[in-house]
Amino acid sequence: MSLVEVTDLTVEFGTLRAVDGLSFSLAEGGALALVGESGSGKSTVAGALLGLHHGTGARTGGSVRVAGTDVQAATERELRRLRGARAAMVFQDPLSSLDPYYAIGDQIAEVYRVHTRASRRAARARAVEVLDRVGIPDAARRARSRPHEFSGGMRQRALIAMALACAPDLLIADEPTTALDVTVQAQILDLLHTLRTETGMGLLLVTHDVGVAAESVEEVLVMRHGRAVEHGPVGTVLAAPRAAYTRELLDAVPRVDTRRTGSPATDEIVLEATGLRREFGRGKRAFAAVDDVSLTVRRGETVGVVGESGSGKTTLGRMLVGLLAPTAGTIRYAGAAHTGVNPAVQMVFQDPVSSLNPRRSVGESIADPLRARGEKDEERIRGRVTELLERVGLEGAHHDRYPHEFSGGQRQRIGIARALAADPRVLVCDEPVSALDVTTQAQVVELLGELQRELGLALVFIAHDLAVVRQVSDRLAVMHGGRVVEYGPADEVYDSPREEYTRRLLAAVPALDPELAARRRAARGEPAAA
Amino acid sequence: MSGFGGFLLRRAVGTVITLLAVSVIVYVVFYATPGNVAQITCGPRCSPEQVHQVAERLRLDDPLSVRYWHFLQGLFVGQDFSTGTSVEHCAAPCLGESYQTGRQVLDIILGKLPVSLSLVVGAMVLWLLLGVGTGVLSAWRRGRISERALTAVTLAGTATPVFVIGLVLMIVVCGELQLLPFPQYVNFTDDPEQWAWNLLLPWLSLALIEAATFARLTRSAMLETLAEDHVRTFRAYGVGERAIVVRHALRGAFAPVIALNANNVGSAIGGAVLAETLFGLPGIGQELVHAVAVVDLPVVVGMVLVISFFVVLANAVADVLYAVADRRVVLA
Repeated sequence: MSLVEVTDLTVEFGTLRAVDGLSFSLAEGGALALVGESGSGKSTVAGALLGLHHGTGARTGGSVRVAGTDVQAATERELRRLRGARAAMVFQDPLSSLDPYYAIGDQIAEVYRVHTRASRRAARARAVEVLDRVGIPDAARRARSRPHEFSGGMRQRALIAMALACAPDLLIADEPTTALDVTVQAQILDLLHTLRTETGMGLLLVTHDVGVAAESVEEVLVMRHGRAVEHGPVGTVLAAPRAAYTRELLDAVPRVDTRRTGSPATDEIVLEATGLRREFGRGKRAFAAVDDVSLTVRRGETVGVVGESGSGKTTLGRMLVGLLAPTAGTIRYAGAAHTGVNPAVQMVFQDPVSSLNPRRSVGESIADPLRARGEKDEERIRGRVTELLERVGLEGAHHDRYPHEFSGGQRQRIGIARALAADPRVLVCDEPVSALDVTTQAQVVELLGELQRELGLALVFIAHDLAVVRQVSDRLAVMHGGRVVEYGPADEVYDSPREEYTRRLLAAVPALDPELAARRRAARGEPAAA
Repeated sequence: MSGFGGFLLRRAVGTVITLLAVSVIVYVVFYATPGNVAQITCGPRCSPEQVHQVAERLRLDDPLSVRYWHFLQGLFVGQDFSTGTSVEHCAAPCLGESYQTGRQVLDIILGKLPVSLSLVVGAMVLWLLLGVGTGVLSAWRRGRISERALTAVTLAGTATPVFVIGLVLMIVVCGELQLLPFPQYVNFTDDPEQWAWNLLLPWLSLALIEAATFARLTRSAMLETLAEDHVRTFRAYGVGERAIVVRHALRGAFAPVIALNANNVGSAIGGAVLAETLFGLPGIGQELVHAVAVVDLPVVVGMVLVISFFVVLANAVADVLYAVADRRVVLA
């Protein structure tokens, strides 16, 4: 009998059909990835396996059997017996998925006690045991820490430990590595792999990242609009996709070994940073987020800046546009020393949701830089905003709409239009596509390239995703601990990295080929703590 | 907790600075207000000479800055007062002497403080029990009839003035049913049982007014927590609804409840005038109203300072409780 048997599952929230007649099964000990973009219904399916839509007002149809339990027909009590004990879920955001008020060991012990009636003491011991198993160093002591005292990778490990507590038959992992740095992601994926081989539990992985799926499972199911588009062994689906959508999705995935094509770079230096340093805090608590960083940006070229969280890349970006004053060092624009905000150097922010004021129309937001420059003629402002909207692939008629009416990709286009309003010569883009689906990501990257060619813009492209950065960069700076550890022509850095750190970063990027992924995993060996 | 001593020290210094600032403001507001204080103090039938004598004795003709300096002196080193015939020493911390009775302000306040503290602390216990309890129940039973009924009852409590609730309670409980005595203040040290018995009704009246605010705050904080991701985690791990509500959601309501409670306790010490008057409890609120009415400025200033002290103290206690409840808060 199979571990999971889903037949003709539908889930409707109000008028929205999130999952539409989906069927699949997973054998004992097997591993399946549900792959899809946001809104494809993949997380809804994961929730349905544990009956999490019961009592929420969602209407579900079809049948779901998990580890011998008929989830659709089960009572609340039967569901509780399934959840955590036979099938356990690892959630996406490890910070918000743990209770901030309780020690991590106590939270795991609480779950264990619900299912085993073990004594408090035995439950604590079990918590320490599983924390140790997922590679938390000094687990007995760290079990008493609260979630905020753990790093992102350790929190994700703790969530996996919680899932392991009752030795479930099925692990459901909903985007388990999305919030993590690429090297930490590799460790977590390796850990999941090791645990599967050891315990023989089945894995259902939900992810938007084809590379993550290639690293972790044997089978993939590509979803779109709540339906299965393609289903098969991971090697076959990735190497020879049959469905058009799968091909489209795979084409949009940025690859770390694809070179940038055509660059209009010139020798005219527009932005030059020398010896930049920025400290936060005072006295003993002071630390340098950016330390002795020098960069030159030429007209028409793109300088990529990659690094993991905490490497100082965002701080650097903010200094380049003058939002943050450097503690030491200078920034020269077109040869002249410059401090403070400069209209010629504009920023595109990461989160297109929170960087637009939700209470103002997008036209008003785009007009801000124009008004800041002293433009008063309303007709001219409106004309320019319409032009900008059309330039970034939106319609002039969108002028009076509000941010929530747009999709993530459209909002990022609005952010770009706003940055362009001041007629900049340099655009500093801080993670401009990391909140977007791969297909949308590809479109926004394309737009930035077009704008660069037409307007002769210089781009500073800050991102954690090495593959995206490779697509766009002429030159590349790798940041680590506030310093630039490697800096050079992008192809050189990617093809023959000099620094050990760069090599480690590149090795951690998920491969789209399951065989290559397995070879790399073997090379990485047993994971160390994140 | 190495930072804890530093926190207390910083907080103490902050309290002193706050109180000094309050004293300056109160001084300016009350002493600089136009009106013939000497005439009022002396009484309507005083002759101009008598009024003049009073003004001289109370040093009402000195400039404001000089009088404030004397006040500060009294506060930190003590002060001597002439009563016309003899000299009386007022030891530090000296808040001055009443214009009306000549009694030292500190003594007046210390006489009234136990009444106010008894009233407020007892009421606080009740309003926390009633308010948080109702909040938990209504968060748990959200959307059902029992929750709506609870909300209606607590809202009615808030909407009704204390003198209405108090009067009705007194008429029904003390008059008709004769379950409790008509409230009359008994010192705790004299007879603890009678103290509690007599104060039960005032406590209940005050608590009923406050409980609804706490109930709504608790309910909304809990509902907010119940919608958070970590609650979803525990649901997905088969933890029962009761454990989720009590262990996880209630914890999230701690911080706002603590903050609101600090404000309410602090201000109720001087602000429970209606309850004090209705139940005949000789507390700080009543005395303050009286002192303002007869322009007994030293008493007014002293009382306002003591009340501010309690507001600041209540908030400092709240900060410590915050940090204990949520380890992410750093005491700074």
